[in-house]
Amino acid sequence: MSSESSRFVIGVDVGGTFTDVFFLDEASGRCEVAKVPSTPGDQSKGFIEGIQQKVADFAEVATVVHGTTVGTNALLERKGAKTGIITTGGFRDVLEMRRRDRPHTWGLWGQFEPVVPRDLRLEVAERTLADGSIHIRVNPDEVKQAAQQLLSKGAESVCIVFINAYANSENEQRALQALREVWPNDYVGASTDILPEIREFERTSTTTLNAYLQPVVASYLQKLENALADDGFEGQVLIVQSNGGVMTVDTARQMPVRTALSGPAAGVIASAYIGEQAGFPNVITCDMGGTSFDVSLVADAQSALAAQTSIDFGLTVRTPMIEMTTIGAGGGSIAWVDRGDLLQVGPESAGSNPGPVCYGLGNDRPTVTDANVVLRRINADKPIGGKLDRLDVDRAGVAIEKHIAEPLGLDVMSAAEAIIRVANSKMAGAIRLVSIERGFDPKNFSAMPFGGGGALHTGALIKEVGLESALVPRYPGINSALGCTIADMRHDFVQTVNGILDSLDLDGLNAQLSQLATDGLALLDKAGVAFESSEVRFELDMSYLGQTHTVDVAIPSAFENGRTDIDVPTILQAFEARYRDVYGRPLVGIPIRVLNLRVSAIGKRPKFDLTLLAPGDDASAEQAKTGMRKVWFDGAFHETAIYQRLPLPIGTRIEGPAILEQPDATICIEPDLTGEVDRFGNLVITRKQQA
Amino acid sequence: MIDPVTLAVLKGRLEQIADEMDAVLFRSAFNPIIAEAHDASHGLYHADSGETLVQGKSGLPIFVGAMSFAVMAVIEKAGRDGDLVDGDVYIFNDPYDGGTHLSDFRLVRPLYRDGEVFCYLASVGHWHDVGGNVPGNYNPVATESFQEGMLIPPVKLFRGGELQQDVVDILQANSRLPGSLYGDLNGQINALELGIRRMNDLLDEYGDGLVSLALAELRNRAAKLMAANISDLPDGTYSAEDFLDNDGIRDEPLKIALDLTIKGDQMVLDFSRSSDACAGPVNIALSTAVASVYVATKHLFTEVPANAGVLEPIEVIIPDTSLLNVRAPKPVGGYTETILRIIDVLFCALADVAPERVNGCAYGTINALSLAGHRKNGSRWVMFSFFGGGHGGHPEGDGLNHGNAPISTATIPPAEILESAYPVMFTQWALRPDSGGAGRHRGGLGAIYEIELLEEQADVFLFGERGKYPPPGVVGGKPAALNRFTFQQDDGDHTPPMKSKMVGIKLRKGQRVHLETPGGGGYGHPLERQPEAVCRDVSLGFVSREQALSDYGVVVDETGIVDEAETEKCRKAARQ
Repeated sequence: MSSESSRFVIGVDVGGTFTDVFFLDEASGRCEVAKVPSTPGDQSKGFIEGIQQKVADFAEVATVVHGTTVGTNALLERKGAKTGIITTGGFRDVLEMRRRDRPHTWGLWGQFEPVVPRDLRLEVAERTLADGSIHIRVNPDEVKQAAQQLLSKGAESVCIVFINAYANSENEQRALQALREVWPNDYVGASTDILPEIREFERTSTTTLNAYLQPVVASYLQKLENALADDGFEGQVLIVQSNGGVMTVDTARQMPVRTALSGPAAGVIASAYIGEQAGFPNVITCDMGGTSFDVSLVADAQSALAAQTSIDFGLTVRTPMIEMTTIGAGGGSIAWVDRGDLLQVGPESAGSNPGPVCYGLGNDRPTVTDANVVLRRINADKPIGGKLDRLDVDRAGVAIEKHIAEPLGLDVMSAAEAIIRVANSKMAGAIRLVSIERGFDPKNFSAMPFGGGGALHTGALIKEVGLESALVPRYPGINSALGCTIADMRHDFVQTVNGILDSLDLDGLNAQLSQLATDGLALLDKAGVAFESSEVRFELDMSYLGQTHTVDVAIPSAFENGRTDIDVPTILQAFEARYRDVYGRPLVGIPIRVLNLRVSAIGKRPKFDLTLLAPGDDASAEQAKTGMRKVWFDGAFHETAIYQRLPLPIGTRIEGPAILEQPDATICIEPDLTGEVDRFGNLVITRKQQA
Repeated sequence: MIDPVTLAVLKGRLEQIADEMDAVLFRSAFNPIIAEAHDASHGLYHADSGETLVQGKSGLPIFVGAMSFAVMAVIEKAGRDGDLVDGDVYIFNDPYDGGTHLSDFRLVRPLYRDGEVFCYLASVGHWHDVGGNVPGNYNPVATESFQEGMLIPPVKLFRGGELQQDVVDILQANSRLPGSLYGDLNGQINALELGIRRMNDLLDEYGDGLVSLALAELRNRAAKLMAANISDLPDGTYSAEDFLDNDGIRDEPLKIALDLTIKGDQMVLDFSRSSDACAGPVNIALSTAVASVYVATKHLFTEVPANAGVLEPIEVIIPDTSLLNVRAPKPVGGYTETILRIIDVLFCALADVAPERVNGCAYGTINALSLAGHRKNGSRWVMFSFFGGGHGGHPEGDGLNHGNAPISTATIPPAEILESAYPVMFTQWALRPDSGGAGRHRGGLGAIYEIELLEEQADVFLFGERGKYPPPGVVGGKPAALNRFTFQQDDGDHTPPMKSKMVGIKLRKGQRVHLETPGGGGYGHPLERQPEAVCRDVSLGFVSREQALSDYGVVVDETGIVDEAETEKCRKAARQ
C-alpha cells in the first residue's frame, strides 16, 4: 500500500477463535479484510498481527476502533481483579443475596459465587433515607480504616455503594474522597458515578463488576497502546461499548463494564448501516456461532437498547446495551432424543473443541454442523476458517444414525434434515421473541445473518417466521470489525427522579437534563474525534403510580443555548402513546410517575461508502460457478450449483437450489428461494415468484 | 400420527404464547406481588376436560397444576347455565372450586374456532388486597374464609365481548387498594386478549386439526416420560413426615405424612396419615394439594414437559377429613405453607431410593409480612412482601443462599423501592450465619431483615412457619435453623406466642421488627465435608467456629486455620 500518512481507519474485532480486521483506506477509497487466529493469553498480539497483514507502517493509521471481549471473558471466567466493597451498615450481602432469585424455574440445584467474597465486603456506619436526607453522616476515618483492611487482604480495586445514594450522593462522594487519599491506584469508584439509579442490587452489581474489570481492562488497553506505539502508531484508539457507540480509551478505563457486549454490539451496528444503505432499514441480525445464536432487532436503522442484562446468573449489568436475545443453538449444539421420543437440539454444545463429530476431535454426539455436513450443505473438503483440512462426513452420518435416526425410526438423511428443522425452529423462536413479542411484524423485516454459520439457515428462517427476505452482507464473517469503523460515539447518562408528573419540579428537571446534555457534549469534544454532527436524546422511564415496571418514553425536545424546555403536556402525550404501543390500554385517573431521566449524547462519525465493497465486473456468474453437487433439501437430493460467492458480479440472479461459498461463510439458497447480488455486493434472498 | 419435527416446532410455539401472556401481565401489573414476584400464571386448557395443555415457563409454578381445576369449574358453570358465547370472560377466586386462596383471581376465556370452543385460555394473578380482616389477606387467625376476603364464584366479567362494569365496581368496592386491583385486572384482560390473537394466528397457519393432534401427542409424551422416570425407581413404599408449627388458632403441631409407593411405572402418593382439617388457615383444597404434587414432581424430574400428562402415572390419595382436602368455608389463606410442606415430604420420602435426584429441603416458609398504617395526609399504606431463605444442599454442591420459594419464581423488591414507597427504613438486609443445615453439601443461608418504622404508628401482621420444625436435611444432612421473628415494644423485644404468626401488633415510630429466615437443609453427612470447605465458611462468616466444631467436627483456630490433628480427633469421636 502506498504511503500517505494517516489515511487508514481500522476496525478490529477480537473473538474467541479469530481476530477479524477491516481496513478502510480513506485516501484510495479501498477496503480490505484480514482474519488471523486470536491469541488468548494476550489478545494484543493477534491484534497487532491482524493489522500487520495489510499495513506495514502504523504511522499511516489514523484511527483504530476495537470491539473487545476481554471484559466479557473476565466476567464469564471470573478472572477479574480482587475487589473490595465498602457499603452501608447492614447491607454487606446485597451482592450475594441478589433479588432472591434462582437460576432455573424447575429444579432447585442452583449455585452462585459472587465476584467479591463476603470477607472483602465491609460496612461503615452511614445512612441516607429515601427522600435524600442524611440520617447518619459518613465518617471518613472509618472509610480509610475499611480501605486499609481491604488492602491488607490484597484487594487491588475497590468501590463504594451506599443505600439510597441515588437520592443524594453526598455520603458516597465524601467516602470516595477519603478513599482516594489512601488507595494506592486509580481503581476506586462510587456507585453514583457509575449508575445513580434506584434499586440497590442492580447498582451494587454494576458498580462492583466495573471495579472488578477495571484493572484487567486497563492493563489490556495499556498493553495495546504500547504495542501500537512500538509500531509507530500515533493515531487514536476507540473502544466499542455495549450500547453500540464508541468511547475513548480513557472512558473505557473508567467504565470497563460498558464493554460487556462490545464485540456483538459492533456487528449489530454494521448490520443496521448495511441494511439501511441497501434499502432494508428493518433487519433482524442473526449471529450464529459455535454454541449460541444471537438475535437483535434493528427498526428504522436504529438498534433496540435494553436497560440491563445478565452476563451469567446473578452477574447483572445495568447500562444501556444493544438488546440481544441469545439461545443455545449454534453449530456445535448437540442433537438428542429425549425419553419421550422428542427430538431436541441443545442447549448442550460441543463448542469448537472437540466440536462437531465431523471435526474428528473426539466428540461422537451429532451437532447441527454435522447435520449440515451430512446434507452436503457444507463443503466437507473446504471447511471455513481454515483450521481443519477436511470434515469427516461418514463419521457425522454414523453419529446421526445412532443417536437420532434409529431412536426415531427415520433414515439418516431425514434425521439430519429433522435436526436442521428443529434448530431452525429454535432460531425462529428467538426471532419471534425480538419481533412479534415487541409488536413488530416480521413481514416488514429482513434477516441479516453474520458469523460463519448463519447464512446456512436464513432461507429457512424466512419461511418459518414469515420474514420478507434475507440480506447476506458481503463479508458475513467480519461484520463486527466493519461495524467498528462506522460506530458513532455515544455517552449515556441516567439519574433517578422518582416524582409524580403533576407535581414535578420542571425547572429542576430541565436543569438536570441540560446539565447532563452539556456534560455529554463536552465529553464528545474532549475525545478529539472528527464528527459529522452531534445530537442529544432525552428519555424518561415512566409508569402509572403503583406499577413497578416502567416504559421508556422518548421526549421530543430541542436542546438550544445549553438548555431544554420540556413541559408536562409533552411528557404526558409521549407517555400515553408509548404505553399504548407496549401494553394496549392506557389507564384513566391514575397518577403518573417519572422514575428516571436518561440523556444520550451522540457524536456521528463519518460513514464510508459501502459501494467500496462491491465486486468488480471482471468476473461472470459462469466463471464463479465451481461445479455441481447433490445436496439434500425437502426429503430428496437435488442437483445443486456451487458458486464462489465473492466474484459474483452485481445484479447476478441465482435460482435455488444453490450453495455459495466464501472463505468465511457458506450461504445456502434453498430450492424455493432466489438470490440476487445488489450494488454493494450483498446477497438478497427472497421467495421465488409464484408461477 | 404427527411427525416428530412438526411436534417439536408446535411445542415451542405454544409455550411461547403462554410465556408472552405472562410477560404482558408482569410488565403492566400494578402490585409488586405480580410485577416483581411473578405471582401469576397463564396457560391453555382442554376444551372438554379443562386439563392443562400448555403452560408458560415464567409463571408461578404452583399455578401450573392448579389452573386446570379452575378451568373445570368454569366448564361446569357454563354447562349448567348453557349460555357460553364467544367473547365471554369468567372471573372468580373461589378457592374450593379450583382456586388456591382468595387473593388469586382467575380469568378464564374460551377460544372459539368456527363456532366451537377449541380450548380455554386462563390467567391467574395474586391481587394486592381483596378485603377481609387483614390488609394483604394473610390472616393467620382466620377460622372462616369470610375473614380472609371476598369470595367471588365464577361470573362473567365480559359477555360476548362487553365488559360488565357492575362486576368491576363490586370488586373495587371490596378492596383496600381499588386502584391496584383495577391495574392488575386490566393487565390480565390484556394478556388474554393477546393470547387469543396469537392462538388464532397459529391455528390459521397450521390448521386446527394438526394443533389438536400435537396437543394430544404432547400430553402422551409427558406421561410416557414421567412413567419412564418412575420405573427407574425401585418398587416399594417409602414414607416421610413433617409438621406445621400450628394453625394460628391452637398452638399444636399438624402432621403432613406421606406414604409413597412405587409399583412399576406407577406412583401412589398416600397422604392419609396427615392431620385432620384444622380451625386456622393452613388447610388446603384438594386441587391445591394435587397442584403441589405436580410442582414437587417437576422439581425432581425437570425434563418432563409441563402439561397434564405429568400426573397421569401418579395417584394421589387424600381423605376428605384431611387438612389437605377441605371445603368451604374452612380457611385456606395460608395455603403456601402447607404446600411447601407437601413438597418437602416428597423430597424426603425419595431421598433414600433416589439420592441423586433430591436435595435438602428449602427454607419452607414464605413469611408474608405486612406493615400497614396511614400517612400524615390520611392516605393508607400497606407494605406487603414475602421474604427469602436458603435452598437445600444438593448432589452437585452447597445450597443457594437467599433463594425464592420452590412454589414460585418470585424476586424480592429492592429495599430502596420499598423505602421510597413506604415509611420504613431497613436497618439490616443480610445473610444469616449458621442458618444453613450442615452437610457434605451445606444448605444455603437464610436471611436477616430488620425494619424500622418511620411514621407514627403501624400495624404489623406476619404469616410464617418453620418456627418449631426446621427444614430437614437429606441423605445424612442436618436440618437448617428455625424461622425466628421478634418485634420491639416499649418494654423490649417480643416473640409472638405462635412463633411465626401474628396479627395487629402496634408498632411505634423508631421501633423495629426483626425477621431471621431459615436456611436450607444439608445434603450428605457433615463429617464428610472437606475441612477446608468448613474453614472457608468460617472465614466468610457463613458458619461460626462453634458450629464448625459441633456440626462438622472441624476445629478452626483463632487465626482462621484448621487444626488438623484436633479435627481428626473430633471427627473420629463423632463417628463413634
